Amino acid sequence: MNDVSPEKTENFRSWFMDKLLMGMSWPEYSRKLLTPFNIVAAIVLSIGLPVLVMRAVQGLASVTHASNEYPWGLLLGWGLFGGVPLSATGFVMGTAYYIFGFREYKPLVRLGILIGFLGYLFAVIYLLTDLGRPWRIYYPMIMGFGTASVLFLVAWHVATYLTVQFLEFSESLLEWINSRRVYKWATMMTIGMTIAGIILSTLHQSALGAMFLLTPGKLHPLWFSSYIPIFFLSSSIYAALAQVIVVSTLVAKFMKNATDNDFLKNLDRLTIGLGQGALIGMFVYFFLKLIGVAHDDNWYLLATPYGKWFLVEILGFLLLPAAVLTYGVKKSSAGIVRFGAFYAVLGIIVNRINVSIIAFNWNLPDHLHHIIPPWQESAIVAAVFVIHILVFRWIVNRMPVVREQPEYKGLH
Amino acid sequence: MDEIMKDTGQGHSPEEKEGAENKAKKKDAAEISRRGFLLGTAAAIGGTALLGSYRNAYASKDLSGWPDRFGCLTDLSACVGYRSCEAACNEANHLPKPDVPFDEVAVFKAKRRPTVNAYTVVNQYKNPKDESKPIYRKVQCNHCNEPACASACPIHAYTKTPEGPVLYDPEKCFGCRYCMIACPFYVPAYDYESALKPKIVKCVMCSEIIKKGGIPACANACPVGAITFGKRSELIKLARKKIADAPDKYIDHIYGENEVGGTSWMYISGVPFEQLDFPTNLPNKPLIEETKGFLGSVPVVFTVWPALFGTVYAALRHREKLDKGNTHEKEEEKK
Repeated sequence: MNDVSPEKTENFRSWFMDKLLMGMSWPEYSRKLLTPFNIVAAIVLSIGLPVLVMRAVQGLASVTHASNEYPWGLLLGWGLFGGVPLSATGFVMGTAYYIFGFREYKPLVRLGILIGFLGYLFAVIYLLTDLGRPWRIYYPMIMGFGTASVLFLVAWHVATYLTVQFLEFSESLLEWINSRRVYKWATMMTIGMTIAGIILSTLHQSALGAMFLLTPGKLHPLWFSSYIPIFFLSSSIYAALAQVIVVSTLVAKFMKNATDNDFLKNLDRLTIGLGQGALIGMFVYFFLKLIGVAHDDNWYLLATPYGKWFLVEILGFLLLPAAVLTYGVKKSSAGIVRFGAFYAVLGIIVNRINVSIIAFNWNLPDHLHHIIPPWQESAIVAAVFVIHILVFRWIVNRMPVVREQPEYKGLH
Repeated sequence: MDEIMKDTGQGHSPEEKEGAENKAKKKDAAEISRRGFLLGTAAAIGGTALLGSYRNAYASKDLSGWPDRFGCLTDLSACVGYRSCEAACNEANHLPKPDVPFDEVAVFKAKRRPTVNAYTVVNQYKNPKDESKPIYRKVQCNHCNEPACASACPIHAYTKTPEGPVLYDPEKCFGCRYCMIACPFYVPAYDYESALKPKIVKCVMCSEIIKKGGIPACANACPVGAITFGKRSELIKLARKKIADAPDKYIDHIYGENEVGGTSWMYISGVPFEQLDFPTNLPNKPLIEETKGFLGSVPVVFTVWPALFGTVYAALRHREKLDKGNTHEKEEEKK
């Protein structure tokens, strides 16, 4: 190692800085950072990060309701239950492209995998914030095996799937640092990893729903159903398709420099195709929900206040966005499909918040008053969300995600 | 005669009921051997033996819990709200002294629940029969036969001990609080104030004391004998007898006999349980039964998916190869 010349080290340094700063000089790069979005992000972080430190120093009581009746709040309702279905993108796009052979969706496959990878990563970060002793996160792998627990399954699958998604995404990473030898290895495992992704995703998307099978006395009967694992799985599939539309729309609008012609030129057509897939998924899910109500003969509950809220979810946040998508696809209008996709994503979040927060403990006195999160918890959620966006932007700006690296064209 | 007694459902002692059960069992046995005989002749050799062992194997899976487990029976009609159980529990488990002393009746103004500082609390309810005699309900862990908290825990920090108590090990816990979500009785409390060593806190049915042959501190302290400690099977007999002897005093239900598969701590009451905030919307089977089907599908997915999706992938490759061949041929033809 003695023969590493200072010159070589200097070369590596400049190559590395070049990669990080995207070919700009420091002053140039820092001037570029002064954008309205970044200013908002800085404000959110300047509030959220100190609260996060407070949580670490003073315990959960300083930032959450610290309730024994409501052990879970917005951190998990939003971060885990809301975030994970929207991260099914990697598995849905990977399966469509590599297994089913929808070859024309190539410009969106890596985007799907990146959304998925980061979605899981940040779901884990929300979870770490909420765990009483986050430094014991690996305990289900070593300290004790709760094999009868659905959460045990979720823990193992999220950990494994995070690794799988990292390996799937490593193609982009390796192209970025131009490591051809490792790259070859990475492309060889693609099919294996995709199938592993299908197994892990189908199981733990449904497992997140199955976690509530233990709570028939607490979750409102309109949301509690022995079908809940299937509800969670089937809705995650359309959620993923809608989420790819949402993120690709934002990327095309705000991060044009990171895209290539192939991406921009095909995006409208592919958006309509994804919208078509999403709307089929939504109708399937809608009928499954109807079967759920019929199976438990819960029709009489629809007239109650919670029943009306259930109808708002089913009609206003599921059937209506599905109708918008149908109209957009029929008119071949990418714009309408995009609107429908944003709406559908909102609908998924409404559903998961309903199951994990609004319809949970519905029969406790003063319930609706108890579920309003304290500002500290909301500040943490906002900060983690902003970091999520910043990391996503950092990667998409640097690595070939929504553009192809010319030297690697046709290799993957 | 048997039929009439079943219809009224009341007024017969446990012994009588057992007699009826035995009779039914004998009838079943006769049924089985007759069927066994028929099958045996049909199969000529070993038919009955095989069937017998199969039956036993099947039956052994239907465990009804640790046979000699202990439990408590709280008679809510006896409790007068002295809260001596709370005080005794506080002392026996070395919990911090409360801000308000245990003889302060003002605590009854609000409904309380077990917390990190109290394994058990007593709440006051209006008596619909006699307003001058309020009803008191003691709340603590019910020590389920098949505890939902234990089925929820991903690290196996909970154990249902053969003696009956459900115990929790803070050394394993990482603080996900899924046990609190799963508990149908809202029992486990969490030490949210602690940044470094937060843990779940709940009643342990004075596990150490009962192992040494003693009885739980609360049961021991009650001046009116509202809590009876003993073998769960005996307690059920006692509860039935109490209800049978005073059908006007008690409603005909032992809360905890069957709820979520049965609990070690059971209750009898003079007013309907839903008026005392007992959850009455719970299934009679253990809560884990709902998740069993789901967990059973896991190995199936692990084996079937690779084959299924692998085949789809192979079919796709095959198709692509054929297509390539076709275009190649067409190009050849053109030339």
